Amino acid sequence: MITLVLVSILTFFIVQVLPGDPALLMLGTEGTPEVYARLRNEMGLERPLLERYLRWLLSFLQGQWGNSWRYSMPVRGLVARAFPLSLSLAFLAVGVALLVATPAGMFMAAKPRSFAARFMSVTTLVGLGLPQFWVGLLLIQVFAVSLGLLPAGGGSSPVSLLLPTLTLAIPRAAILSRFMRVGMADALKQDYIRTAKAKGVAEGTLFFKHALRNGSLAAFTVAGLQFAQLLAGTIVVEQVFGLPGVGQLLLNGVFQRDLPVVQAVVMVIVFLILLFDLAFDLGLGVLDPRIRYE
Amino acid sequence: MDTRRWGMILIGLIVALTILGYIYTPYDPNEVRVMERFESPGRDHLLGTDHFGRDVLSRILVGGRISLLIGIAAVALGSAVGTLLGLLAGFRGGLWEEFLMRTSTALQAFPSILLALLFATIWEPGVQVVLWSITFGNIPYFLRLTRNQVLSIRKRPYVEAARALGARDRGIMLRHIIPNLKDALLIQFTVSLAGAILVEASLSYLGVGIQPPAASWGRMLREAQGYASLAPWGVLAPGLFIAVTVLGFNLLGDTWIFRREDVLKRE
Repeated sequence: MITLVLVSILTFFIVQVLPGDPALLMLGTEGTPEVYARLRNEMGLERPLLERYLRWLLSFLQGQWGNSWRYSMPVRGLVARAFPLSLSLAFLAVGVALLVATPAGMFMAAKPRSFAARFMSVTTLVGLGLPQFWVGLLLIQVFAVSLGLLPAGGGSSPVSLLLPTLTLAIPRAAILSRFMRVGMADALKQDYIRTAKAKGVAEGTLFFKHALRNGSLAAFTVAGLQFAQLLAGTIVVEQVFGLPGVGQLLLNGVFQRDLPVVQAVVMVIVFLILLFDLAFDLGLGVLDPRIRYE
Repeated sequence: MDTRRWGMILIGLIVALTILGYIYTPYDPNEVRVMERFESPGRDHLLGTDHFGRDVLSRILVGGRISLLIGIAAVALGSAVGTLLGLLAGFRGGLWEEFLMRTSTALQAFPSILLALLFATIWEPGVQVVLWSITFGNIPYFLRLTRNQVLSIRKRPYVEAARALGARDRGIMLRHIIPNLKDALLIQFTVSLAGAILVEASLSYLGVGIQPPAASWGRMLREAQGYASLAPWGVLAPGLFIAVTVLGFNLLGDTWIFRREDVLKRE
């Protein structure tokens, strides 16, 4: 809750306090000094900072996000139209990443000395460093241009989300599988595993039932923390595939200097990031009862 | 060969090529030659030419310096501020700590790219946007790291012994805390550098980072995207250089973690 207030303060003050004048932004290059002075007055820029912040926060909380300066449309409508696409992209990407990373990480932990595991370890390290938009551009080249199998984006049919999802998922899968490997390797070293082994529990049961739950904690925690990166990545990847999501709305807002749009989108994204942090924390409590007692 | 050496080799290679870019490039990186547009890689142009007939290799050679310089400057600034504030939070405790930790949690909810887009709206897109967004994006990580280390080191017997012998806060900081922090900070520094290179490339690709005519790898990708099927080398080369740089820093950071574990084991 306090974090939320602080986040709103940061969003507001970055825009208002840093060198730069919202009234000047809105006017652009045209406008006489008189118009400028009137506009400053109308926008309430002459009032004290604290009052301006409280006014802004109050109307934001009431759902009055103002009108876009460029589209003359309520910001809320624009945001509501853009978010479903970006969110479904983000969720799909986390899903795909976990689906790939869990078995990959488990394998690397189970047979750490095998050639395949070493190869996978190097692959994940490379995957970590790949710029997301570059991966997207390459995927378009291979699957859309050369092979002609998949659309390069643009539409909003499920098929056209396939390549963007893959693009977003690849670096996530690389990170998660590394944490999965470390987590599983740690879990397999625990005393209770040795006890279970001594009792004659089958190798498979040991691995999948006893070690997996503890071993996946690290990856799960990281998956939650990765959500911020994921939403940031969505902004870039939407640009690669020309998808009309939050990224496009935000970027158009930046280039057209549409302050209300930028402010609202940033607030919603940060709010979602905090929300998912919380959701993953609670989920972690379900997976790991020890956390609940702390 | 161990991973650390690979990291050193990759980063060494990138740095060497960047330095080479100051001394020699096959062509003028910004020279437009309309007759030589979209030439595929060959003897005249090792990595081909772009839609203005500019030599891709020359642009790659000069495109790295700005990424590296901004990355190093921003992470250095962010780590310095974050570490100082972390020391403050760890030592002072109380309200200071409360305030700093809360603010850093809030700041952590802003990915660097989001900060950059906010900055770019009020300023003009450009270098300063990239620099400040990476700086502010990194402060919370160094702050948290330092503060946690301070809290754990402070309670160790030898620090308490030093305090009992009459050492002051500043002496303890300089002689006991900082040397212990060094390894953890170094790892975070390299990992942050990898992240900074990626953020700079992404921002330049989005068009809010480095502005033309200056060459940067991310910007080159943005410009080459429209002609990707005509001149795929324009997309391949800059991306590859970004990936190698980030991989290099990640390899360095990764092995520093292992080295640290070795040290801990020996203790």
